[in-house]
Amino acid sequence: METQQHISRQYNQELESVKSKVLKMGGLVEDQVEKSISALIEQNSELAKEVAESDYKINKIEVEIDESCAQLIAKRQPAAGDLRLVIAIIKVITDLERIGDEAEKIGRYTQKLTSMKDDVNMYAELSRLGDKVITILRDALDAFARMDVEQAARIAETDRQIDEEFDRVSRILVTHMMENSRNIKTMLHVIWCARALERIGDHSQNICEYVVYLVKGKDVRHIELE
Amino acid sequence: MINIEKREEFDIEIDKTVGKPFINDAKFSTRNVDVFYGEKQAIFDANIDIGKNQIIAMIGSSGCGKSTFLRCLNRMNDTIQDCHISGDIRLDDEDIYQKQQDPVLLRARVGMVFQKPNPFPKSIYDNVAYGAKLHGLASSKIELDELVEKSLIRAGLFKEVKDSLHKPGTSLSGGQQQRLCIARTIAIDPEVILMDEPTSALDPIATAVIEELMIDLSKKYTIAIVTHSMQQAARVSQRTAYFHLGYVVEVNDTNIVFTNPEHQLTENYITGRFG
Repeated sequence: METQQHISRQYNQELESVKSKVLKMGGLVEDQVEKSISALIEQNSELAKEVAESDYKINKIEVEIDESCAQLIAKRQPAAGDLRLVIAIIKVITDLERIGDEAEKIGRYTQKLTSMKDDVNMYAELSRLGDKVITILRDALDAFARMDVEQAARIAETDRQIDEEFDRVSRILVTHMMENSRNIKTMLHVIWCARALERIGDHSQNICEYVVYLVKGKDVRHIELE
Repeated sequence: MINIEKREEFDIEIDKTVGKPFINDAKFSTRNVDVFYGEKQAIFDANIDIGKNQIIAMIGSSGCGKSTFLRCLNRMNDTIQDCHISGDIRLDDEDIYQKQQDPVLLRARVGMVFQKPNPFPKSIYDNVAYGAKLHGLASSKIELDELVEKSLIRAGLFKEVKDSLHKPGTSLSGGQQQRLCIARTIAIDPEVILMDEPTSALDPIATAVIEELMIDLSKKYTIAIVTHSMQQAARVSQRTAYFHLGYVVEVNDTNIVFTNPEHQLTENYITGRFG
């Protein structure tokens, strides 16, 4: 999209630097999500603890990027494509930070689940949901990095699959709860984890909508992606 | 309409003006306007409508033809030797280049404010009264006083100068002088005001005052402004025209031009990229 350089090289560098920070943040978030899902499915309390205690890194970089964007707006008054880039970045990092929070939640619930020692072998049921969530997040970050509108539009389909998978998992969990009411507390924690995963899918889709806005200048929120 | 040799100058082709150059109920409409200075063509096939009671901003780098185009609108180019214009320029659907059109009367309907404030070497009062006297717009001293006062009020200058109306216009600050020139322009009750970089010689505060004034004036007048400040174009205008090497590349709603322009050249210019 941006084949040409600004007359001000400093301005170019500032924009590039913010963009690369966003990609770095994306990498951190992806890492957190992957670890949280592994911790959940493998019931690894060490890893869960690590995830729960690493969220501050994401928050810190979010604040840094916000600051850089404010500086860019104040000093450069970006217009057109540059303006859309800065706005998209501010929005993308909000969703990335939320994804980080969801991963942190999964970490904390997993820590509790590992201490409950209930004989519930539900975690394998979550692996398909987990895989899809990792895929959608990775695709969303890819679409942003490459400003690929087509890929961004395709992601809507993955999000639908995630919603279906979440419904399926919910049904199974409810059945388990009805079969054995002593498992309800555990099942609630599992369902909260599933919910967190489903939310990561939603946030990933938001990121794709900002990619469409950034490239096409069209706001596709709250309407069906075509 | 664009000849093939010329096209090679561009990396990106300009086939025709993109965006929305035409509107309903235009005050000014220009069609197929070519302007030459001697052999050199300064404007190629300009087609733009200017809406009533709107501000249209013309942007583009130096030498792109935006001032030349503006000066066609009140036949200021008539005074330049070797300058010839072809095409159709209509004000209220009347050809302003037709033989029976008196350029002086045209300029009373289409006033102009220049880059450098240029008050006459006369008093503040006479500066504003001059045009009105020339066109016989006041029949008595009282009427003339009223007209001067009203014009100075409209130009947002009256409060500052009401006790010094007989001091020379040149004794005012740059921003005040520019507002005096605006008062002088509106004293003869024009329909259109052309402004050629009206704030480029002013500080940011005086600029803000003039911009406020422009927005206020646009309720009564149609305004076309040439500006090098893209922020100014974004702040004051409803429509923006981007000129590039004599071509009108894009005319669009200002909101669109500054967030999502249609033409790559417009995007390059307003984001400060090599064009």
